[in-house]
Amino acid sequence: MSFENKILVKLKDAGFRFNEKWLVQGVSLQVEKGKIVTLIGPNGSGKSTTAKIALGIYKKIEGEVEKYTNKIGYVPQKISIDWTLPLRVKDFMLLTDHLDDRTISEALSLTGVTHLKDKNLGDLSGGEFQRVLLARAISKKPELLVLDEPVQGVDFTGEIALYELIKKISEDLNCGILLISHDLHTVMSATDHVVCLNGHVCCSGSPIDVAKNMEYKALFGEQASQTLSIYEHKHDHIHTSEGKIKKN
Amino acid sequence: MLDDFFIRALLAGIGVALVTGPLGCFVVWRRLSYFGDTLAHSALLGVTLAYSLEFNIALSVFIISALIALILINLQKRTNLPGDALLGLLAHSSLAVGLVVIGFLSFIRFDIMGLLFGDILAVNVNDIIIIWIGGAIILLVLKYIWKSLFASTVNYELAEAEGLDPDKAKAIFTILMAAIIAISIKMVGLLLITGMLIIPAAMARNISNSPQQMILFSVIGGLLSVIIGLFTSLEFNTASGPSIIAASLFLFILSLLKIKQSIKLKN
Repeated sequence: MSFENKILVKLKDAGFRFNEKWLVQGVSLQVEKGKIVTLIGPNGSGKSTTAKIALGIYKKIEGEVEKYTNKIGYVPQKISIDWTLPLRVKDFMLLTDHLDDRTISEALSLTGVTHLKDKNLGDLSGGEFQRVLLARAISKKPELLVLDEPVQGVDFTGEIALYELIKKISEDLNCGILLISHDLHTVMSATDHVVCLNGHVCCSGSPIDVAKNMEYKALFGEQASQTLSIYEHKHDHIHTSEGKIKKN
Repeated sequence: MLDDFFIRALLAGIGVALVTGPLGCFVVWRRLSYFGDTLAHSALLGVTLAYSLEFNIALSVFIISALIALILINLQKRTNLPGDALLGLLAHSSLAVGLVVIGFLSFIRFDIMGLLFGDILAVNVNDIIIIWIGGAIILLVLKYIWKSLFASTVNYELAEAEGLDPDKAKAIFTILMAAIIAISIKMVGLLLITGMLIIPAAMARNISNSPQQMILFSVIGGLLSVIIGLFTSLEFNTASGPSIIAASLFLFILSLLKIKQSIKLKN
């Protein structure tokens, strides 16, 4: 496929400063069609900020952002719906796009929450709400999905299923995904490219390369590194010398 | 017996209610009631300006209110004072300056009570035309910015990320607020305009499940308030503004019965 390497968003040496303090600095990365790029890093390391730079939410930035698509689905890390706004799940699904009823139901069934369609958003549990957020983001069949901790508050089995779903979506829609997660286990099994942040890019590359990186070990500890190594054996692909991933 | 002036008042009131219904919902959702108050207070300055320069009142109020909104946005960027303090500062100082200016214009007879609380007798055919044309424009513009405005009301970052334009929508909405105040000032008076915006919307919240429904009930609530209020005003010779707002309060209290029921059902 000729579009396989189409770049959807590209950050060049990007950074964002708020109140004289750098939240993140010198980030270069790109998300291509059909690829999953994952940002990892400790709290306050600038993961969400990097995502917001890529999305164009922060405008006064250092460096450059090039966006090559407008079909974007976003799951923010935090969102609260005020009681004064009566909003059902199906109203929320229509927030930024015109979708027919069937598309809405399909998306909700993918994340397993079709039964919540007529419920008020305020009545959902944290995990249910997270599933609705993910359904909304994928319902518009985006070219680029930006998922900021998409499975927070979801139960353990649901978490695995949702990560499977995210992987499946990237294949089915052939969309690029920028994923933020601190669940190293799950992240590593599905990711093409990992960027490890700590106010700047510590290291980046394929999951295995990152796991072997000394800076990564210093940041997450030896155990985290072993976690990733364990994953190596479950992989269904090999790593070429340039650090690219090749499916078997 | 319905007099001509009463028909005019009714037409004006209905026109205003059709517009305050949807705008009021956004005021409630975006927590702008005190902002609306500030713009309304500044309207007095607009009225005095209109009198002293022999200018159209609605237009003059619109310009001054929009100007105050701009000053507010500017002050928010420049100072660290909290938003409510800035709003209070502008609301009361513009009201005060307006009243001081009225003192200087002693050669003109002002109906201050009418300005503050509305005056049905003052509504003429011109006002009705301004209300209906202005109102139609406000609603059309609101429809145009609806998607961006509504999405960013739910979540700013989501709207921004997915290709909508929340900043533009917010700026246009601010102008619409100034416009609705300008066209409804004669009807409800500048102290009570915010009530006309938020009370029907608050009533509607108690009885609705979706945003569209809330807007519909808010419009219906506003229309009922105007009709009940104006008839009361005619019957008991009370000021039109307070009568309309009191009627909307009555509807709000009724809506509490419904919300109590639904809370009971939940438990």
